[in-house]
This record gives sequence, C-alpha cells and structure tokens, in this order.
Amino acid sequence: MRLLRMVGVGSLMHLKMASRSPFEIATGLIVPIVQATMAVYLLRASEQPQNMIKAAVGAGLMGIWSQVLFGSGGAIQRQRWMGTLEMMIISPRPPALTVLPITIATGLQGTYTMAATLVWGWVLYGIVPSFAHPGLFLVAVVVCIVGLGMFGLLLASTFILMRNANAVCNTLEYPIWLLSGMLVPITVLPGWTEPVASILPTTWGARAVHEAATGGAVWPSVGWCLLISLMCFGFGALSMSYVERRARAAATLALA
Amino acid sequence: MSELAIEAVGLRRTYRSRTGWLRPKIRQTEAVKGVSFTVAKGELFGLLGPNGAGKTTTIKMLNTLLIPSAGTARIFGHDVVENTTEVRRRIGYVFGGDRGLYDRLSALDNLRYFAELYAVPAREQKARIGELLELVNLAGRERERVEGYSRGMRQRLHIARGLLHRPQVLFLDEPSIGVDPVAARDLRRTVADLAATGTTVLLTTHYMAEADELCDRIAVIAQGELKALGTPDELKHYADGRRVVEVEAYGIDDDVYGRIRRIAGVKETTLEAQGAVQLLTVQSASDVDVQGEVLAALDGVRLGRVAARRPTLEDAYVSIVSDDSPELVVAT
Repeated sequence: MRLLRMVGVGSLMHLKMASRSPFEIATGLIVPIVQATMAVYLLRASEQPQNMIKAAVGAGLMGIWSQVLFGSGGAIQRQRWMGTLEMMIISPRPPALTVLPITIATGLQGTYTMAATLVWGWVLYGIVPSFAHPGLFLVAVVVCIVGLGMFGLLLASTFILMRNANAVCNTLEYPIWLLSGMLVPITVLPGWTEPVASILPTTWGARAVHEAATGGAVWPSVGWCLLISLMCFGFGALSMSYVERRARAAATLALA
Repeated sequence: MSELAIEAVGLRRTYRSRTGWLRPKIRQTEAVKGVSFTVAKGELFGLLGPNGAGKTTTIKMLNTLLIPSAGTARIFGHDVVENTTEVRRRIGYVFGGDRGLYDRLSALDNLRYFAELYAVPAREQKARIGELLELVNLAGRERERVEGYSRGMRQRLHIARGLLHRPQVLFLDEPSIGVDPVAARDLRRTVADLAATGTTVLLTTHYMAEADELCDRIAVIAQGELKALGTPDELKHYADGRRVVEVEAYGIDDDVYGRIRRIAGVKETTLEAQGAVQLLTVQSASDVDVQGEVLAALDGVRLGRVAARRPTLEDAYVSIVSDDSPELVVAT
C-alpha cells in the first residue's frame, strides 16, 4: 500500500512538473498537429483514403512513443541536470520504483497526445474518429501505454548509466515507429525485421490499437502486449538495481 | 548498534574518464587516496579542504552515491556498499547550490514527494512537513514555486528535505555556499540545533569561521589525503610560532604578489578579493618581522587597513594544506 502511494504521489508530481514546462507544453501542442498532417498526407499519397482513421491512430501512437521515449530517457537526463537523480537514488526505495512514476507520468502525457492527434485529425482533415470497437479502443490504448511505459522503464535503466542518454533517445525514436508498425504495416518491411518486431511490446500495443480502430481480433494482441510488458517490467527492475550499482561505480549519477 | 556513527577505513576513489573515439584515451584521477577517520554518535564533524581536495567524493562514498575503489566505510555498523538500504534509511544528504530540487513545484510538493521517497509514514507526513517548514523558516511560503526562491530559501528547503525522515546522520556538503551572511548565520544555528538534539553531522565547508564555530572535530583534507585531524583549538596550533600581517589593498598584481612571496622569512601568503578590496595575508615565523618589507613591496599600491594579529584557524588551515605541511598528525 505504501509503495502504491509512493508511485501514485510520484506520478502526480512528475506530471505536474511536465505540465508546467513551457517546452513540454509547446511540444504537446505542436507535435500532434505535425504528426497528424504527416500521417494524413502519407496515406493520401498511397491512395487509401479508407484508411484515414488508421493514419490518425498511427500518428497518435507515434506521439505516445515519442512521449514515453523522451519522457523516460529525457526525464532521467533532466533529473541528472537538476541534481535530483542522486536524491532519488539515495532514497531507501528499490530503484525501479523510484523511476516508475516518471514512466507512468509520461504514459499519461502520451494519452493526451493520442487524444490531441485524433482531435486535430478531425478538426483539420475531417477524419471523424469512429472506431470499429470504441470500448476496446480505450482498453487497447491503455494497454499500449502500459506496454510502452514498461519498455520505457527498461530503457530508463540504461539512461541512468549513460550521461549522453539524449543521443540514445534520438537514435531509437524512428526505428521503433517503423519496427512496431505504428504507421506503416510491418509486412512491407524486410523479413529480418519481423522477429525483432515481434518481441517489442510496442508492436503488439500498436496492433491492438489499430485492430480496435479498424476492426480485427483485439484481445490476442492485448494479451501479448501485457505479457511482454510484464517481462519488460521484470527485466527493467532487475537491470535497474544492477545499473544503479554500476552507475555508483562509474560515477554517472551526477553531471561531473 | 555501533556507537560510531561513521567509520571510514582507507577510503580511495579513482575516476576514469575517456576521451576520443578512434583512439580513446583513458585518464585516471585519484580523487581520494586512503582516507580514514571515525565520527562518534552525535558529533559534529567538519571536513575542510580546498576545491578539488576530495571532500565531496568522500561524502559521496559515505552516503552510498559512489562505490569506493578501495577501503571500507560503515554507517552505524552498516557497510555502505553491501547494506545500502540500511545505510540510506539512516542518512540525510544536503548539498549547496541551486540544484537538487524540483523548481517548477512548490516547496510543499517537493517535500511531499521526497517524504514518500524517503518512506515517511503517510499519517506523519503533514505534521513533519509543517514542523520542518517552521524550523527552516519557510512557513507561509510553502505553496510558492521553488523557481521563485532566493538561494538562501532554496538552501533552507534542502535542509528540510534532508531531515524529513529524521536521519541519524546528516551529510552537509558546503550548505552555506553562495548564501548571504544572515542566511548563513541562520543555517549555522539550524545545524548547531540539530547536533544538540543528537543528530550526527558531517559538514564540509570552505569557511573556517563556520567550522570553528560549529565543529567538535575537524579533518583537513588536501590532494585527496587527510592532512590533519583534531578539535579546532588543536588545529590552531599548526599556526603556532607564526605571526600574521593582514593588509587591505587595491590593485595588487601578479608581480607585486610574487615579490611578497619571495621575501625572506615569509612562510605563506594568500590574496583574497572581497569586492573591490584585496585582502593580503602574510604569515612568517614569529621571530621574523616582515611587515616593513611587505609594505615596501606594496609601494605604489593603494592601501587600506594594515594589521598584525594572532594566527586563526584559517591561518592554521593554510599552513596545513600548503605543500610543506607535515604528515598527518592526529590531535588527541
């Protein structure tokens, strides 16, 4: 109960911090418009106007991923800049649980990004957000955010070790969009990418959201996403404890 | 439970840095070179030294943020590497400067968040936070965002944060750096009160007066090595047999300073800028009066107050950290 409370209060505080950042606010306003526009023109060019809702949802997924990736990775880096990473690590809590609230907060921001992208798609391009399974769509989005969040937790452990975590964030953003089939179907990618894609929770999360939006069996994808997320959480928690010790040995918790 | 709050035995820490990608160069810097000391329960212990002496590295090894390259350290008998959680439950850490707080949150939100992180029971949090806000004189300002706080207010909030979970050992790493004299005085009072209530405090500082006023014992560290250890009065003996001349001046350049340093009989010199005024301190052997020669060397420089005085802890400190200082002497 005390751990749950800590995670809850921590998530609220990190969300408050992000909501007061001019950079986060500007990003939250602009990025969904850019991504909705990009997705719409991409699919218009492929002459598949019936897939416009898919485009809007795909753009939303891209937004969630960017938010989680830069949220988890960037937040660790920001904590380092602010000198609060050491204060978090020095607390008598398991390291994974001190970082989890950051991941949850960025996931919640991601939910907003999905909603904002759908709204902008509707307002600017007239894509009415009508889904094949509206109820399941909400479930799939929540599961997808959990999946992305747990993947973010796994990534965050490496960010604690590396002072130049930002470079890793930039490198991972586009490949994961592509590999997870957020916008472009995985089937159009080279065959060797398929095994990589199938172990990413983002792939199953994105598939569940797409299926809920345009029709298809949502639950198997939801199940796979949750299973892989659970594994990511387990590995993330283990690697966080390992990485925390490595970071103390390598002196990377502070800037210098 | 061990009656010793802190035990450090042969602590060493080496930093490795790598530059270049194609032909990487690894550079190793030995920041702390075998430091040993103990701090008794309830003691206020000072760690003094110049910039880069290894004070912060030593504190970070003791508070579990860094793993020592060699040696061991214990907090109330718990090893800082093996029993990290037990150590973290017992310690608080406060450092000086602007960082370490969430600027866009209020002081209250900062304290609520850290109270959760530091496992303060939910039913005690409200009262504890209120009590600490009173202690650090921030009551009434707790709902303002930290980004609008002065350096002194931030520092006080840091202290409140460090005390949330009633730590048995408090590490204060240059807490008064950059705060104005009034805020620094309040800070000293808070630290003294904490020690009086039984909290063990390890304080690092540049300010001799602060160490002299507060600390039961002081360790002087320079170039990663412990140079001296004792009570402030014991350490002052390092400057015994010396006389000190202090000159306020305006416009001492490197040439003039060099001439003064070369005067026969001069043991130590320091030149400190205090706004527009430069404070020149010259130490010499007690049987050598260098005042006349110093004033002659300052010919052409506008002077203010000139005074000869008894050596202080600061003079002793200068004597200890200078190159010709003796091997470690532990005053008992």
